[in-house]
Amino acid sequence: MSVETGGSSAAQEVMPAPLASAPAAAAGLPPEAGAPEELIQLLTPEGERVEHPDYPLDISARELQRLYRDLVLVRRMDTEAIALQRQGELGLWASLLGQEAAQIGSGRALGPRDMAFPTYREHGVAWCRGVDPIKLLELFRGVSHGGWDPAEHNFHLYTIVIGSQTLHATGYAMGIQRDGATGDGGETGEAVIAYFGDGATSQGDVNESFVWASVFNAPVVFFCQNNQWAISEPLERQSRIPLYQRSRGFGFPGLRVDGNDVLACLAVTRAALRAAREGQGPTLIEAFTYRMGAHTTTDDPTRYRLAGDLEAWKLRDPIERVKAYLVRSGAADTSFFDEVDAEAGRLGAWLREACRSMPDPSPRSGFEHVYAGPHPVIDAERDAYAAYLDSFDDAPDGTPGGPPCGGPPGEPSLPAVAQARGTGGFGRSGEAR
Amino acid sequence: MTTLTLARALNEGLRRALEDDPKVLIMGEDVGKLGGVFRITDRLQKDFGENRVVDTPLAESGIVGTAIGLALRGYRPVCEIQFDGFVYPAFNQIVSQLAKMRYRSRGQVALPVVIRIPFGGGIGAVEHHSESPEAHFAHTAGLRVVACSAAPDAFMMIQQAIRSDDPVIFFEPKRRYWDKADVDIAASAADALPLEAARTVAEGTDLTLLAYGPMVKVAMGAAAAAREDGRSIEVIDLRSLSPLDMTTVTASVRRTGRCVVTHEAPVFGGLGAEIAARVTEECFYSLESPVLRAGGFSTPYPPSRLEEHYLPDLDRVLDAVDRAFGY
Repeated sequence: MSVETGGSSAAQEVMPAPLASAPAAAAGLPPEAGAPEELIQLLTPEGERVEHPDYPLDISARELQRLYRDLVLVRRMDTEAIALQRQGELGLWASLLGQEAAQIGSGRALGPRDMAFPTYREHGVAWCRGVDPIKLLELFRGVSHGGWDPAEHNFHLYTIVIGSQTLHATGYAMGIQRDGATGDGGETGEAVIAYFGDGATSQGDVNESFVWASVFNAPVVFFCQNNQWAISEPLERQSRIPLYQRSRGFGFPGLRVDGNDVLACLAVTRAALRAAREGQGPTLIEAFTYRMGAHTTTDDPTRYRLAGDLEAWKLRDPIERVKAYLVRSGAADTSFFDEVDAEAGRLGAWLREACRSMPDPSPRSGFEHVYAGPHPVIDAERDAYAAYLDSFDDAPDGTPGGPPCGGPPGEPSLPAVAQARGTGGFGRSGEAR
Repeated sequence: MTTLTLARALNEGLRRALEDDPKVLIMGEDVGKLGGVFRITDRLQKDFGENRVVDTPLAESGIVGTAIGLALRGYRPVCEIQFDGFVYPAFNQIVSQLAKMRYRSRGQVALPVVIRIPFGGGIGAVEHHSESPEAHFAHTAGLRVVACSAAPDAFMMIQQAIRSDDPVIFFEPKRRYWDKADVDIAASAADALPLEAARTVAEGTDLTLLAYGPMVKVAMGAAAAAREDGRSIEVIDLRSLSPLDMTTVTASVRRTGRCVVTHEAPVFGGLGAEIAARVTEECFYSLESPVLRAGGFSTPYPPSRLEEHYLPDLDRVLDAVDRAFGY
């Protein structure tokens, strides 16, 4: 089976041609993905296993099944979250649709002690690091800014300002060096992975992190998901050369991997992390993929890109090719796929229920954790606001949890009235008047 | 007691911090072999090694951003920003990351990072080397902002800032770097005045004059001059700009009934504005006159041949004092 790559030809007409003449494309990918020797691929869009001399991957049927399950479940999480946003349960959602393989492949390459620094779209990596998906929904519902403990999961909080986290990742890697904790390359050692996108490569912070990682030989892997779009701006607005080539100017290797190929992402990330732990310094991995959905739920991609592109990329779907390979190789049968589908259904139902029943935070909680200890201004403002809330006639005396701000930290203290209205928090006062 | 310049007192304080805690790191441009352009980190790399006193690439956002990463790993980085006007490339990392990560993580992440910034004018420097950007940081929740004014405090405050579990923006009055004073370098920072406390440096009964950093010396001069006119002025070195020690300030103003705030930074939207609002609110019935401000003009910092006009000097502070007595 061959896949037409002409789907992007319409886009080519309106965009500047790549500087270098593009050689014949790797299997199933558009010409700009580069030649086969340029793009690392272990599983074609048709589900054919191919070998790469530098990235041998010995993977069992069971491991393949696990990867497939991961891919399906994170896509279901994503689908569910978009629906919850449409129903008004989330304020926003940044979809990972199309990037599942890049995230699961790289996420499953991480050793237990490796540290990941995500953007706000790394739901699949969060999944691999054992972060409760409901914590991700909390953030997009507006209940928290990120409720998980980074140290517990070795998965840092989402960073929303583009590219900032790459410096944190590099600094963390410098700490690993100082701790002598890189080990000998195996998974007892530690390395760092920094996630970012094609748009972020224009940020100063990303370029500074490349400088730092290079000159200090820091054990960090820069994992760039090139999903072709920074909201409405195409890659051509960020770079005139393939992104993976950027690293050369900074003095460390760069690789381009088929970002919709979970096996290639796994193998390449594993090798880069190992090199980092062995003291070989940073690697830039460009996972060549496509943002199949909108930038976020507020975005409308029909205003700036062609439907044909999406159709072409659907033929390179990161999940379908794994399914095809599982079927073709006899590694899974119908009952396996049925069970994964059923599990996805259960996950969706659970997410819906957990999201809808999530309580709003107490007004008091908005004043907590600004500083390590008491703070005269914040404490005074908190107390004054508590007194203000208590001054209303419907102040919830006698309701469970006590006054809205008066209770000890951690106790449920949302006014019952406000909770019944589905408001509470800082929006309540105007309504109560 | 040892007589030290303010610069040397900071150096001794940093040395002490490096000795006390192996997690303390110093990072910045030229802080290693050179010892910093003001020599604040002189000889520290030689004694503590390149892993702990790090000459960084020349990018301020990178300095602060990687310091955040090191802090996440358990280190206590002390970043040097070479001059006040060079901090802005790091502004995003300071304001959006360093200040907010504890809150973002609901208290699960601490970032004990100190950012040292030589600030203020009066040294005849070129543009971007004489600014007072403290209000930007005092306006940002999650940061502690302090300014030392003399060698003894500098020695203690830098150690206290490094021990703080909150990020601290540490302003150093560059035109006072060479001022000498007696410092007890055997004393423990644990016994020193808390970092967030103001210090009454001259007692008085008729007016409270508030200053910090380089202006404390000017304020002391103004108080001495006013004494000759029979006016008793209380001078308070604020030391901490966020949080402000309003307890000390309001207790003084309630006694004196008058208050003047002075700083080099432009008065519009400056620390003096916040202090004036709070003093008015908390001491309204004790005030004999409005709270007045003597500060820099609301212009960019001028070429250095004009800075004597821009910087509030003893006469301009006294002018504000006179006006306060005119009500």
